[in-house]
This record gives sequence, C-alpha cells and structure tokens, in this order.
Amino acid sequence: MIPGAFDYVKPETVEEAVAALAEAGDDAKVLGGGQSLLPVLRLRLNHPTVLVDVSRVDEMRQVTDEGSSLLIGAAVTTYEVMHHEGIRAGVPLLSMAAGEVADPAIRHRGTFGGSCAHADPAGDLPTIARVLDAEFVIAGASGRRTVSAADFFLDFFTTAVGLDEVLVAVRVPKLGAGWGFDYQKFHRTAQAWAIVGVAAAVKVDGGTITEARVALTNMGAGPIRAASVEAALTGGAATADAIAAAAASAADGTSPTTDTHADAEFRKHLARVLTKRAVSTAAGL
Amino acid sequence: MTETVERTGGPAIGRPIRRKEDARLLTGRTNWTDNIQLPGTLYMSLLRCPMAHAKIINIDTSAALAAEGVVAVYTGKDFPELPGSTCVWPVTDEIVMSHFPAICLDEVKFGGDVVAVVLATEKYLSVDALDLIDVDYEPLPAVVDMEDALKPGSPLVHSDKGTNECYVAKMPCGDYEAATVKADRVVKRRFINQRLIPSPMEPRAVVAAPMGMSDEITIWTSTQIPHVLRVLLALLTGIPENNLRVVAPDVGGGFGAKLQINREEVLAVVLAQKLGRPIKWTETRSEHMVGTHHGRDQIQDIEMAVMNDGTLVGMKVDLLADMGAYLQIITPGTPLLGMFMYSGIYKMEALDFTCTGVYTTKTPTDAYRGAGRPEATYAIERIMDEVAFELGIEPLELRKKNWIKHEEFPYTQIAGLTYDTGNYEAATARALELFGYDELRAEQAERRAAGGPVQLGIGISTFTEMCGLAPSRTLGALKYVAGGWEHCTIRALPTGKIELITGTSPHGQGHETAWSQIASDIIGVPVEDIEVVHGDTGRAPYGMDTYGSRSLAVGGQAIKLAGERLVEKARIIAAHQLEVSPDDVEFAHGTYSVKGDPEKSTTIQAIAFEAFTAHNLPDGVEPTLSGESTVDPMDFSYPHGTHLAAMEVDTETGQVTLRKYVCVDDCGVQINPLIVEGQVHGGLAQGIAQALFEGALYDAEGNLLTGNMGDYLLPSAVDLPSFITDRTVTPSTTHPLGTKGIGEAGAIASTPAIINGVVDAIRHLGVNDVFMPASPQNVWRAIQTAQNGGAA
Ligand SMILES: Cc1cc2nc3c(=O)[nH]c(=O)nc-3n(C[C@H](O)[C@H](O)[C@H](O)COP(=O)(O)OP(=O)(O)OC[C@H]3O[C@@H](n4cnc5c(N)ncnc54)[C@H](O)[C@@H]3O)c2cc1C
Repeated sequence: MIPGAFDYVKPETVEEAVAALAEAGDDAKVLGGGQSLLPVLRLRLNHPTVLVDVSRVDEMRQVTDEGSSLLIGAAVTTYEVMHHEGIRAGVPLLSMAAGEVADPAIRHRGTFGGSCAHADPAGDLPTIARVLDAEFVIAGASGRRTVSAADFFLDFFTTAVGLDEVLVAVRVPKLGAGWGFDYQKFHRTAQAWAIVGVAAAVKVDGGTITEARVALTNMGAGPIRAASVEAALTGGAATADAIAAAAASAADGTSPTTDTHADAEFRKHLARVLTKRAVSTAAGL
Repeated sequence: MTETVERTGGPAIGRPIRRKEDARLLTGRTNWTDNIQLPGTLYMSLLRCPMAHAKIINIDTSAALAAEGVVAVYTGKDFPELPGSTCVWPVTDEIVMSHFPAICLDEVKFGGDVVAVVLATEKYLSVDALDLIDVDYEPLPAVVDMEDALKPGSPLVHSDKGTNECYVAKMPCGDYEAATVKADRVVKRRFINQRLIPSPMEPRAVVAAPMGMSDEITIWTSTQIPHVLRVLLALLTGIPENNLRVVAPDVGGGFGAKLQINREEVLAVVLAQKLGRPIKWTETRSEHMVGTHHGRDQIQDIEMAVMNDGTLVGMKVDLLADMGAYLQIITPGTPLLGMFMYSGIYKMEALDFTCTGVYTTKTPTDAYRGAGRPEATYAIERIMDEVAFELGIEPLELRKKNWIKHEEFPYTQIAGLTYDTGNYEAATARALELFGYDELRAEQAERRAAGGPVQLGIGISTFTEMCGLAPSRTLGALKYVAGGWEHCTIRALPTGKIELITGTSPHGQGHETAWSQIASDIIGVPVEDIEVVHGDTGRAPYGMDTYGSRSLAVGGQAIKLAGERLVEKARIIAAHQLEVSPDDVEFAHGTYSVKGDPEKSTTIQAIAFEAFTAHNLPDGVEPTLSGESTVDPMDFSYPHGTHLAAMEVDTETGQVTLRKYVCVDDCGVQINPLIVEGQVHGGLAQGIAQALFEGALYDAEGNLLTGNMGDYLLPSAVDLPSFITDRTVTPSTTHPLGTKGIGEAGAIASTPAIINGVVDAIRHLGVNDVFMPASPQNVWRAIQTAQNGGAA
C-alpha cells in the first residue's frame, strides 16, 4: 500500500538524531533499516510526520570488542551480525540467530537495534539479547543511560526507549569457555517469523549443568526467560531424561497469543518440545 | 540468449530452446500495465469496506473532494445500475443469479467490497483522500460457514433472493444405488478443499484512455482474456464494442485471477469516457488479498463403493462450493469443471455427482489454476488411499487394479468422456524407478519399528485431467455462454519475416517461443524470424485467450492449419514462378523446388515478396501471403501422470518436510521440453503450496485473517526441494500435433500426493486425514485427536 506523507532527515551523529527528534516532537520516528517500520507506514497503521534515519550515524555502525563483552551499534545490520568475525567469535549464538531472521534481502537492511527497538514478540534477536543479559545504551536530550535486557522489553512493541530517544548500541556479554548454546526457531517457511523460538545456553562441567539460561520467543509480550527450566536444569545431570523433565515446565506462566499459524495451546506445546531440543543441543547431546 | 535453431537442422518442435521473451523480461525491458504513463492521467483509488456485511447508511465525501489533487469522488449513487462484473455461466435453469455492482449502492457484502472511488492527479494524493471519506455502516450478520448458510433462518447474503443456495447441479452417471447394493462396503470421507488466494507476482492493473482521434477507448489491463473482456466490457458499459480496444501488455502471471472481468476495469473505462482523460489503477497486495477473486473452497463428501478385492463399483460426490458474495465470470461453473473428473483414471460402474453452490459474505471465488479439476483429483486420489487402507491393499496395487489399461484406449469413462490415449503403466513404472519406491517403503517400515519422532510417508497421485476446453458445441450444452475455438493468422511480410497473430494471450507461458517453433517447422523459416503478436484486440482481433491449459491444446491446432494454408498459397505462386504445376512442386525447410529438378527452386521469403509486389501472380491469386484458421477442436485434451512424494513428519511438532518429489507427466508431444519443465515446476509449487502452506482464513464475523503475506504463506524456492521430473510421450490422437495441455497438471496432481504422504506417515497413529494446509498445528492436532480416540 501507500504510506501517508512524511518528512525525512538523515543525521550523522547521535546528538543530531536526538536533536531532530526533540524538534519534531511526538510525531517523529527513528528509522533503522525500515523493514518493520515501512510496512507499518504502508499499511497506514502509523502516521509519523518525520522519519529520522539513523542508518548513516557512524557511531551506531561500529562493533567494539570490550574484552568480556561486545558493544554492537544499533545500526549494524542483521547481515553484519551474522557474518562479522568479531561477533561470530565473541557471541556466536547471536550470529546463529541472525542467520534465522527473515531472508537475505531483509537481513541486509534490517538492523540489530531496530529489531530490539521494534520489540516484536516474534523477533529472534531480542530473545538472544535477553538470554545473554545484554545492556542497551540509550541516548536522549538529557544524555545517555544504560538499561538491562530485563528492563528493556516492556510489552508488545514497547521498550524502554522513549519517543525522544535513540537506541545507540547493545552491549552483549560473551559467554566464555565451557558454554554450549542453541537457538531453535520454529516456523513454516524459511523467511517467516518464529511461531515459537527457544534460545538456550548451558555450562556443563563433568556431566552436570552448572549454569543454564533459557529464553523464549513469541511466548508472551516480549522475550521471556524460562526461569523454572533454568532452575530445574542448574545442578542437574546433562542427560536426555533430566533435560526433558526440566523442559516440561517451559511454558509455565506464559501467555502466548493465538494467530493464524498457531493457537496458545500449540505454542505452549512447542515451547516444551523446542526447549528440550535446544537445551539438549546446547549440552552437547 | 536464444539458441539458434538451424533451418536445416531438423525440426524446431521438440527442442528445449530458451525462451525468446526471457531476455526482455529478465532485463526489465517489460511493459507492465503499471509502467504505462500517459499525460493527463487520473489515478483511481477505491475505498473498500472493512467488514463483511453491512448497510451503507451514509457516505460523506466532502472532505475528500476538497483535498489536494482530487478531481472527483464517486459513490454507488453516481452509478446505481452499473455492474462491476458478470457471470457468463448460469449452470442450471434455476440458478439464483446476483448483481455485482461496480460501486455498492446501499449494502456491502464482503470485506473489500467497494463503496467509493477517488480520482486524483497523483497516485499518493488519490490514496490519501480515501482516509477523508466518512462512511456510516450498520453492520449486518456475516454468512461465513457454508453449512450454516444453508440452514433455515440463516442470515442471507442477498436478502431479496430468500436463500443462500445459489444452485444445485446434479449429474447421475450409472446407478449408484445399485452399486452400493452390489459392493462389499462403502468407504466415506469428508475432505476440505480450502480457500486459496491466487497471488500472481504482478497484481492487477488497468489504464483506460480515450484515444482522441476517434471514439476509441484503449484499455491496457493485466488480464488473461483481452478478447473476452472486450465483449463483456461492451455489454456491461453500453459502449459499442467497436470503440473498445483491449490490450494485455506484459502480464506477470494470472493463475485464473486474471480470467475475469473486474469492477476496476469497468470503472476505469466508464470514467475515462466520462471525463475524457486516462484513468489508471494498480492493485496493492493488500487489495489483492480481498479484492481479486479467490479459488477452491469446497466441502467434499465422498463415498466409494468397493468390493473386498479392491474393485471399484461406484462413487458418490456431494459438494458444497463457496461462491462468495457474488457470481463473477465463471464462479458457479468452476466446481463443475471437475464434474467429469471424479472417477479419475479408474473404471467404475456409477458416479453420482451433486454440487450445491452457496453464497457467503466472502470474496467471490472463481477459476484458480486447475479450476475444478484439482478438487476432483484431490477427492479421487485421497479416497483411493482411504479405500486402500480400509481394505488393507497397498495403495499402488489398488490403483493398478482399477485404472484403464493402455490397450483399452480410447476409453469412454463413467462420466461420458472418451479419453483418447494414455499409458498409466508406463508413467507409473518410470516414476517408481526414479523415486526408489521399494527402498523408501523399507525405510518407512524401519522408522515405524524404531518409533522415533520423525516418521516417513509416501504419497501417490496417479492423475488425469481434462483441459483445452472445447468443442464449442459441448460448452454450449453445459450452458457456458462462450465458445472454445481459437484463431491464428500467419502473415509472411514482404521482407520475408513472419508475423504470427494468435488469439491466445500468454502471461508467462512462453507462447512467443513455442508458437514460433511450431510455425518454424511448418513454414520453414527460422524461429527468430517469427514475431508472435498477441494480447491486443487491435492487432490480434480474434481469440478466446488463455486459461484451462487451452493455448497449445486449442490454439496450437490453429497455428498448424494457418501455417499449412500459407504454405499452400505460396506453393501456387511458386509453381507459377517456376513454370510448373503446383503438383510438381515440393516444399521442405522453406524452399519450393521442382520435383526431380531440385536446382529449380525458390524460397518462401522470395514468394512473400512476389505476393507483395504482385507483379507476376497467377490468374485468380490475390496479392499478399498469409494463412488463417479458426479451429474448433474435436475434443478435450487428457494429459496424465504419476506423482510420488516422500514426506517426513515430525510427530512431536507436526512439522512436515517434503523430502523427495518425483513426477512423470504425459503431455504427449512436447513442443519445447524446457517450457514444459517450467510449467511442471510452477504447477508443482502451487499444488504443494495448497497442501502445505496456503489457506485463506476468516473469523466468525467474516473478516479475512490472512490479509497479508505474513499470514497467507507462499513458499519460496528454499521451501521446496529439487523436483525430479520426467515425461512419457503418448501422443494425443485428437490433436494434429499430438500434444496435450500441461499448464495445470502440476497443480492438479501434487496436492493429493502430498497429503496422501503426510497421512501415510502418521496413519499408524490413527490418523486418516489432515486438514489443508498441513501446517504443524493441523498435523499435530490430527495426531492428538486420533490419539485421544476419534479419527481427525
Ligand atoms: C518479511 C519479513 C520477515 C521478517 N522476519 C523476521 C524474523 O524472522 N525474525 C526477526 O527477528 N525479524 C524479522 N523481520 C523483521 C526484521 O528483522 C526487521 O528488520 C527488524 O525487526 C527491524 O529492524 P529495522 O532496522 O528494519 O527497523 P525499522 O523498521 O527501521 O524500525 C522498527 C522500529 O524500531 C524503531 N527503531 C529502529 N531503530 C531504532 C533506534 N536505533 N533507536 C530507536 N528506535 C529505533 C523504529 O522507530 C520503529 O519503531 C522480518 C521483516 C520482514 C519484512
């Protein structure tokens, strides 16, 4: 369809972007890769008067190795997340999940920051940010602040980024030695969104799972940590039976939606099956 | 690059020449309707209602009229009588017809129905103005479910008709009651052939423009049927037919969706005439989902009466077919195009067919690739597997036991059609060989015994279909308003180049190449010297267009005859030039030579020039060199084939994977095997997509839930395996070139092959059907239901 009219600005620094947002007021929108925003505009679900395109803000296109973490600019594309050597080496789970996002054309335009800021409950990268306990660097008129993943994703399509703020970068901790991981994305066609996704990372020591992290895609308003599964796994044996038993609680407390691809009951079932599979793979089984 | 076919290098027919049209298509030198820019154009946009059924209380267009760039806004009150479409196939005498308004006057009957039209000087301004139109609706109850729609007291789609039943068509063949008495048992199943949205890559588009120098209005439209459309536009708008010229420029796919007369076309023509300016409209994808006709949508109650040894005795078919809200061009006839095909390739003593057409408050249905025959093929090939299961017979053996044997052709089947040729044994044997049937059956048994989560199933579809709808007399007997003939004129131009004017209207099928190959062999000029002219009622005035795999099956006959007539006329001129009698002139590879004295010769190109100058023609021979033919064929065309699918089903998640697909089709003589291959691949993708991905869903209020491609899933190349294809060649005996249609075969055959394979993979879990599309949820739920008792 055809979007309504809007103005377009293309700042070159974060400060210029923030200033542009302040000037435009409530009706402005940050434009990343446009792969989610433009469909929204074309369907006339939103009518911003100004788009502030951050895709050429240099600072937001950098990947910086901070030692125990990577600072990934919000405008880094999904394609780069998939292929960047530093990201592949430092947080391979993120690269792996990036390869599951949409199709090559969309990955070349869509951005890591846009994906997180858009906060579609079916998004893959927010789940990875959540399972790895990423931090979000947000810039506004009063300066910069950092928000943890636990506090970043607030609701369907809603994050801690204010209307007058820009997500500048995402700090993703490295897992380090001894960890295994997997991302199980369940979808019907190759380029489709996740019906359910499960990210798992476990540290196995002498046949025992010493640390476990599990996060779910599309099982609620945003990415969710499966705390009961993590608790059940931690300290337990890295065996198929123990993992299956722990995975049985994966859907506990979740409230997934019903849509044309799956109803809530089926999503809960999938969450359990996929958790079992993701954890098993992460544990090297 | 087009490969050159040497004039002397043997026949062009049968060569896998790359398509002439592809260089142009692939490098963007195309002329899609949306690319046509005329000065002074007004852009049309349509306000579509957001609910399934409502009364229009009031429409306020004042703000829209005042908006920048807006030239006019119309509502139903401006054109209260103007139809937006029409039905040319009233299938029974008692059928309840409906009026499809160009713009709704006081009631909307499906989500996407049109309530207002904006014309503006720019495309974006035109769409912006839609937001400014204020419509008061009073909601009426939606009619969504076909069975509910037929119950007494149901809300009505057309309240003045007093019923939602559009028609009941019956065709009893043989004595089904007697068959059930004779039979050992009757196997009954209900199959659902879900609603589909055709989704060609190029959406619909139209430009209508008064041409100034006369009263002519030229209509460029993304259509499969320029000729039929011209007639219908004249009838619906009252504009004399001779003042209408319809052009189908490059058309990016149709699949039946462009076998239609649409309200956007009617409105564009009427408004172009009224305002004296070009009118342009291009469909958005969202509009396509609701505003272009849908396909399929049948509930099929199928019974098969059988002997315990597997012999089929009789079949009963009871269909409910969803018409949607209005009847469009062949809405009621579409399910009946399958009527003769329910017995498939099998012998039986009775076939009792009933179809009830039902009005609902949904987008109208109409032809979609295969139109009626996929539904029939699905029913017969699915029930064959169910019969095999119930009787404990291997499904392939059951088919072999009942199919028409190759030595029995021509064979008049139970519905009265005479299949001219076929060799089901040969196609099946080749398919089994390519598939590795026995190995896969062994693997299936192993997997079942091991009991792992991923199970294997094998799906079979041994299909035939009827295409190339003709002869005209038969269509008339079925109450179809038009004929089934096709036309071709071949003109030898003075410079020796050839213009082949066809009444078929390609939209991706490669006619420019294939028709050149046929003509090349007949008149002996190189393929690249032949220009195929099509899709323009001004340049190619006679034709019945392209649908139902008819273009080669019917149009090919006209090409052959037109070419032969041209050659015969040229022979008379050549004989005169060579000073011998025509009987003494031989013709081969474009050269006329004197029998026994081959040095004395002339070429068809030289004759073309002689015919142009007319300086030295025999007495009584008119100048110019051309041949012309309008052919009404003897019969339908009956391609067939054997399709095999290996399906993996993850029983924990319901995820289905198509591991291997083999098909061996028999379309008789292949003019261009590469084009055949393309048609088979595309058809397979569409048929498999019905089985696994596609499905239009509505909520209880009649809102389309699958209104975009996030919800309405189409597969891409990565979602499908490499198909393994081959052909057997059993030439048609009713077609002078021995060819049969291949445009729809893949779409017709593959759907039941896939579902048979899915069911076969989980049959041991108690499942005997899976709703299409076989999405993970549908498969998982079928397993759950079966495990908890009742079969799905
Ligand atoms: C067909 C299709 C399939 C897809 N499939 C998947 C999939 O499988 N998995 C998946 O995860 N995603 C999928 N996506 C979404 C894709 O990954 C998007 O690119 C992504 O969600 C948004 O990133 P973007 O850069 O395009 O953001 P935009 O579309 O530009 O913006 C999205 C939202 O985020 C805001 N925003 C963007 N950048 C910033 C910023 N730096 N600071 C503050 N706000 C910002 C915008 O204002 C807007 O509200 C799909 C998209 C399409 C079109």
